Amino acid sequence: MSRLTMNRRRLLGAAGAASLVGMPAMAQSVAPTPTMRGGANNYRPGAPIVERIGGGGFLMTGRVRRAGDGAPLAGRRIQMWAHTIEGHERDWASHGATLTDAEGRFQMDMPQIVPAFGQAHGHLAYDADEDAAFGGGEFQTVFLRPLMASPNDKTLNVEFVLVEA
Amino acid sequence: MSSSFWLKPRLLWPAIAVLAVGVWALVAAGQSPYLQYRDWVYVISGFAGIAALCLFPVQPILAHEGGINGRLGHRWIGAAAFALVLVHVGGLWITSPPDVIDALLFRSPTPFSVWGVASMIAIFALGVVAILRRRIAPMVWRRVHMALVVLIVGGAVLHTVLIIGTMGQVSKYALCAVVLLAAGWGVWRTRLS
Repeated sequence: MSRLTMNRRRLLGAAGAASLVGMPAMAQSVAPTPTMRGGANNYRPGAPIVERIGGGGFLMTGRVRRAGDGAPLAGRRIQMWAHTIEGHERDWASHGATLTDAEGRFQMDMPQIVPAFGQAHGHLAYDADEDAAFGGGEFQTVFLRPLMASPNDKTLNVEFVLVEA
Repeated sequence: MSSSFWLKPRLLWPAIAVLAVGVWALVAAGQSPYLQYRDWVYVISGFAGIAALCLFPVQPILAHEGGINGRLGHRWIGAAAFALVLVHVGGLWITSPPDVIDALLFRSPTPFSVWGVASMIAIFALGVVAILRRRIAPMVWRRVHMALVVLIVGGAVLHTVLIIGTMGQVSKYALCAVVLLAAGWGVWRTRLS
């Protein structure tokens, strides 16, 4: 009897696993990235599009996609800032922006991020109002505050999944 | 100096240990590489927090073993800790207002903020209650004082341990251990009924 119960469980487990394997058909529904608490702290809108912030040395990378089908979004404006070896978050010189490439990818060479206010973290923004100046702005604004796994990390990768406004 | 100031001999070494750990924690933080990337207001606010924590373990020793002058010193050091917390939070506010506002409104993403704010509220409450001490029944005062001390010490230690900041890792844990030991001893020594 217990053997039969075990078999039933296994059968149910296998059926569950099989249904998960079938998930990729539904995986086209890419969930949007919610704004993080504190993400907009010390944000200074309108930072210029730059090749590099300050002297560089730390690589912020990422990708911007559309919610739902996950299509990459090209030419979207992403701004980033952080407490670095060159200045505080609030300093103008700590802010810079870039545009995503054809695959929706972006990267920014910026000064090494150092822990501030208790955590080593960066700030990134997709600001619809600012993006409008670059032919975009049709997505909802998202502010992120990702943590670095270690204060010694030299890079940080951040994913944006945007929802149409 | 009157003889009533002197600590009982058995507390000489604990008192020296408390001072040594405090100095160690401050010196280690003074060597942090992060300091060079902070302006002076941020640096001072960080050290004000560490200094306040260094004062905590002195308090039960003064209160229980320092005689009349010790109890007077206990009050002044309590007032100093209160002032250091003001400097700590004020300096952080100047450094990054939105981060401090988030912390004070309990909506900060950082897990240590809520403990720091809880400790701060308790130390402010203790300051107010201490001023009204003579109007409060002694046993009520003692219990309120102890309850607030547990919140202050517990909150401050959790706040400190969870932060990646200028404090040295080893001296930070050593100072927190001394703070907890001293507070535990103080609570154990205090007759609450």
